[in-house]
Amino acid sequence: MGHLIPPSILPYVLPVLYAVVIVAVLPLLAGYIVLMERKVMADMQARLGPMRVGPHGLLQPIADAVKLLLKEDIIPDKADKLMFWFAPLVSVTMALLAYSALAIGPAFQIADLNIGLLFILAISSLGIYGIVLGGWASNSHYSLLGALRSAAQLVSYETAAGLALISVLLLAGSLSMKDIVQAQSDQGVWFAFSVPFGFFIYLVGSIAETNRAPFDLPEAESELVAGYMTEYSGFRWSLYFLAEYANMIIVAGIATTLFLGGWLRPGARYHEHIPGTAIEWLDALPALLTLGVALYSLSLAPKQPVKIQKIVMLLVAALCLMVAGVLAGALFAPPAVLQGIHGAFWFMAKVFAYIYAFLWIRFTFPRYRFDQLMRLGWRFLIPLALVNVIGVGVAIVLRQQWAWGPIVSLIPTTLGTLGVAMLLAKDDAPVAEAQTADGE
Amino acid sequence: MQTLNQALFIFFAVLAVVSAILLVTRRNIVHGAVFLITTLLSTAGIFLLLEAEFLFIVQVILYVGGIMVLFVFVIMLVNLDDSMRQVQFNRQWFVAGALALVLAAQFLFAIWAGRGALRLPAMAGEISPKNTEAVADALFSHYMLPFEIASILLLVAMIGAVVMAKRRVE
Amino acid sequence: MNDGRTTKAISGMDSVNTTVLGADEIILNMGPQHPSTHGVLRVKLKLDGERVAGSECIIGYLHRGVEKIAEHRSYQQFAPYVDRMDYVAAVSNGLGYCEAVEKLLGTEAPPRARVVRTILTELQRIASHLLWLGTHALDIGALTPVFYCFREREEILKIFEKYCGARLTTHAFRIGGLQYETYDGFEEDTKRFCNDFAHKIDEYETLLTENRIWVGRTKGVGILNAADAIALGVTGPVLRASGVQWDLRKAQPYAAYEQYEFDIPTRDTGDTYDRYVVRMEEMRQSRRICLQAVENIPTGPIMARIGKVLKPPPGEVYHSIEAPKGELGYYIVSDGTTQPYRVRVRPPSFINLQAFDRMAKGALIADVVAIIGTIDIVLGEVDR
Repeated sequence: MGHLIPPSILPYVLPVLYAVVIVAVLPLLAGYIVLMERKVMADMQARLGPMRVGPHGLLQPIADAVKLLLKEDIIPDKADKLMFWFAPLVSVTMALLAYSALAIGPAFQIADLNIGLLFILAISSLGIYGIVLGGWASNSHYSLLGALRSAAQLVSYETAAGLALISVLLLAGSLSMKDIVQAQSDQGVWFAFSVPFGFFIYLVGSIAETNRAPFDLPEAESELVAGYMTEYSGFRWSLYFLAEYANMIIVAGIATTLFLGGWLRPGARYHEHIPGTAIEWLDALPALLTLGVALYSLSLAPKQPVKIQKIVMLLVAALCLMVAGVLAGALFAPPAVLQGIHGAFWFMAKVFAYIYAFLWIRFTFPRYRFDQLMRLGWRFLIPLALVNVIGVGVAIVLRQQWAWGPIVSLIPTTLGTLGVAMLLAKDDAPVAEAQTADGE
Repeated sequence: MQTLNQALFIFFAVLAVVSAILLVTRRNIVHGAVFLITTLLSTAGIFLLLEAEFLFIVQVILYVGGIMVLFVFVIMLVNLDDSMRQVQFNRQWFVAGALALVLAAQFLFAIWAGRGALRLPAMAGEISPKNTEAVADALFSHYMLPFEIASILLLVAMIGAVVMAKRRVE
Repeated sequence: MNDGRTTKAISGMDSVNTTVLGADEIILNMGPQHPSTHGVLRVKLKLDGERVAGSECIIGYLHRGVEKIAEHRSYQQFAPYVDRMDYVAAVSNGLGYCEAVEKLLGTEAPPRARVVRTILTELQRIASHLLWLGTHALDIGALTPVFYCFREREEILKIFEKYCGARLTTHAFRIGGLQYETYDGFEEDTKRFCNDFAHKIDEYETLLTENRIWVGRTKGVGILNAADAIALGVTGPVLRASGVQWDLRKAQPYAAYEQYEFDIPTRDTGDTYDRYVVRMEEMRQSRRICLQAVENIPTGPIMARIGKVLKPPPGEVYHSIEAPKGELGYYIVSDGTTQPYRVRVRPPSFINLQAFDRMAKGALIADVVAIIGTIDIVLGEVDR
């Protein structure tokens, strides 16, 4: 194939192809994550969730997308039209742009920047403008306040999350996403297990960065200050929505790459083979799982009440079978292809697991009040993240000077950070700072 | 590859200049801020074209993602109606224009006189493939003292800002 | 004061026409349509930056003239109307009214009727507190407990439906006793519910009571001290959370309460967290009462001998009960005819709502929603 394409364009073909795939797939993926959220929410609330539109609600995102596209585009009278048009655009563009440095598999990356991680962080911080300009453009006092609060929250927790990432960077020695995964592969242990506090801080920081509960006060419906999205409807609102969920996936992607081993197979050192073949058990797992899903969908198909739902269920089963086939076929392909395809599968599986954690946390905890939120960020997370970075520095010295092992050297770090965390948490007890003295 | 570089440079340069002009001519301050953001981003693009990745990323994170956010916050929190109604140009615009032309002529002459220096010689040694490491090496070895001084300056500024803000509340 | 349309401004808000009072003071209007005001309540807040400097509750959006209607209905005809006041806890409204008229008539319901009334009222208390818990948690951001609470409430409503045919506005009791005998399986259903419920309420406690975020949102918020509570006439869980041990079931027992052993939970700070703990504990105590009552329902008639046409002798009576929300009182004046001369209802939510200003002063905007929720008001009762 390299002969057909002139050499001047060849290096650009694959990245452009990947970019097109990502831009095309992402809205669909974001839509299905919304469906996943609704189903998981329903499951935790002892109910069923969307069941009507498509079998088990599987066509719900499509129905929602069509509805949003057909809605009337309302622009408030005194709103700044240029900004009103521009703000959601900024949000979506930045959210999508961040995917260019994300490595979904060893072969699936648009651009292997050697500042990859910093690039994603930079682009995420640009997404704040979408919120701030959107709040401003709505010409409503409360939208603006809500937007500014959202932005302040984002900036604060970005700092904490960034510091948590630095601790991993110190250990990996590089900013390139591929190198970080490689470091985890060399180490044999994912950074989530060797630097658990870094993972914890990043988890909390990423929840706050994407404005999810328990940090979603600026967006909550039962609060008095309306959020920045209030005046947006229809397609413009769906752009904001897409940006929010794309941000969630990016943040999950960063966490997966840095803490959860990226595309590495869990149990990468476990090489037990299926007796009689050269295939390892854990390698056969993706294909088996997808096959299981396909068979389950097939079994559900006859039970659907309406014909269109039966058809869609069969289509879903066919799709899962195809994916299972590809995954199984990769088992017999050269190792590079196997790693590429299975790597993408494991990456996406971990991303979904991280997003599931987001959803789980959202539906379990109440909401923080804004001042409590800022207090948590500045007086607990940032000091803890700083201590973590220093601790990792100590661990590196231990490794280099006294040749401690990669995992053992991090134990003092974890213990030290744990001690500091307990101290900070006790100091930060929920005190009645809420009310000034009454008595008038 | 060469042509792509040149095309991108022309794109970023034009974008920077146009944004700068729009920035100073907008009546609406928020629009002005947005055009300043575009200008800064174009400059960052030019840094990237020169293979100075660290500068590019620092420009984006700090300037656009930090300082401009601060600007925008302040602009939005301050009551702008008065400033919007002020007259943009006063009666001395003719003199100002003439002086600007004189200044421009001086700049152009200086650039034309030194045009030989604009053609940079080919890269002598090899550039380190990782710009960030190179910057870090330099910063932590040769330029350690200025780095520390700058850090302390920033720390003092941060503490000062917090103290000033706190005092206002009480 | 009889015109329930507007309350007087309690805090120094003389003019409510301007929207910007000073550099930092604005007036914020919440409601009457708002996801968190639990009905059509309008709250005007005077804000000083983030903090509430004063507030005014404007009610009357649900006023239906219930007390006036009472003057033109016979005593039995009026009984279904009282359910519609506190529509969340209809059974207790009915209990209060029926007992008040029985007092006026000088009779008493037979023992069997009294015990069944107690069981149903305590089940209703649990249901009312469950609804309160779900909506209060929802306002503070916990999205899940509301569904669990409604699942338990469903069981109670099923019992009511099997008993008297209605889930919400039950008209379960009649003046003089009960109309319906308990259905077959009433005791089993109640026992089964009470046994399941202990485990469930522990589950809700694990979700909220020790949760850092919940404690942070509710501790120290909306404090009402005991002296203020008594001065404002607050009753019910709000009063008990402020440290005053006063429960009409123990102080002036009615129905069959003196036969049973139960505790009155009290706390001492009077903040939102304390009110939460008091109501959770009350649910447990109600369950305890139900279990004791259901063991031993006396046999006998369910209706006293009072005749079909009720003409109480001229006179007046005030009878109050401990409704889930506080002291629910009925002041009935009879002029000797079949229709009462005057029925005045003392709704707990109406009087508890007056404590809102005291609780909200100095609180942050985000806490206002929590404070409204913690008083546990039902607008049907506030406005009648």
